[in-house]
Amino acid sequence: MAIEVKIPTILRTYTAGEKAVTADGTTLSALIDDLEANHPGIKDRLIDNGDLRRFVNVYVNDEDVRFIGGLQAELKDGDQVVVLPAVAGGC
Amino acid sequence: MTWRRTPQPRLVAVLTISQATYDAIVAHAKRDHPDEACGMVLGPEGSDRPERFVEMVNAAGSPTFYEYDSTELLELYKQMWANGEEPVVIYHSHTATEAYPSRTDIGLASEPGAHYVLVSTREHGNNEGPVEFRSYRIVDGEVTEEEVTVVPALP
Repeated sequence: MAIEVKIPTILRTYTAGEKAVTADGTTLSALIDDLEANHPGIKDRLIDNGDLRRFVNVYVNDEDVRFIGGLQAELKDGDQVVVLPAVAGGC
Repeated sequence: MTWRRTPQPRLVAVLTISQATYDAIVAHAKRDHPDEACGMVLGPEGSDRPERFVEMVNAAGSPTFYEYDSTELLELYKQMWANGEEPVVIYHSHTATEAYPSRTDIGLASEPGAHYVLVSTREHGNNEGPVEFRSYRIVDGEVTEEEVTVVPALP
């Protein structure tokens, strides 16, 4: 099983500069644990208090995971996962 | 005793932007006032050339916060990946405060290679008149202001 995960610039310090890595998992949660095993530290940048961080967007096949189960979103071989930090701010 | 002037801090980095793009950013900020306006200017990866102006919708629709819609954010990045582009300028407006990155802006800044442009419309709102237009690098929570050079057209 191989799922491609696109890594944003800001998190490439965890992937030795790689723009995309492969990982395994039948749910997003499991995928993130697998990412953490190979790229220690990355999980904390994605998850806070057991939930996806408010200003991190994760997409599975172009769907925002918040609409398809969040960390419980199901994954299968060949899926494409994209991680993008929110572009946001405020005075 | 020799009298010496205190050296002025010099801004070493610079954002070079075309007049048309500068005007487009200011027009967007004025139009959306009192809500915060936001968008990007894209350029070829590694070029540092802000060439393609992209206005984004502030999904927060707020005078104190901005955020891209998550679906539009993905669409934008997919276009950039397909075109070999990157965000050269990431702009937004402050509508009641100065054109300086807030703690929230700094905490959420996630493109260390981009110029973060802040426009303040606090003085003239939707009306004609000058705005504050300033540019910064935001890397690991550290803010460095840079000079803005507006040129008739990018070289």
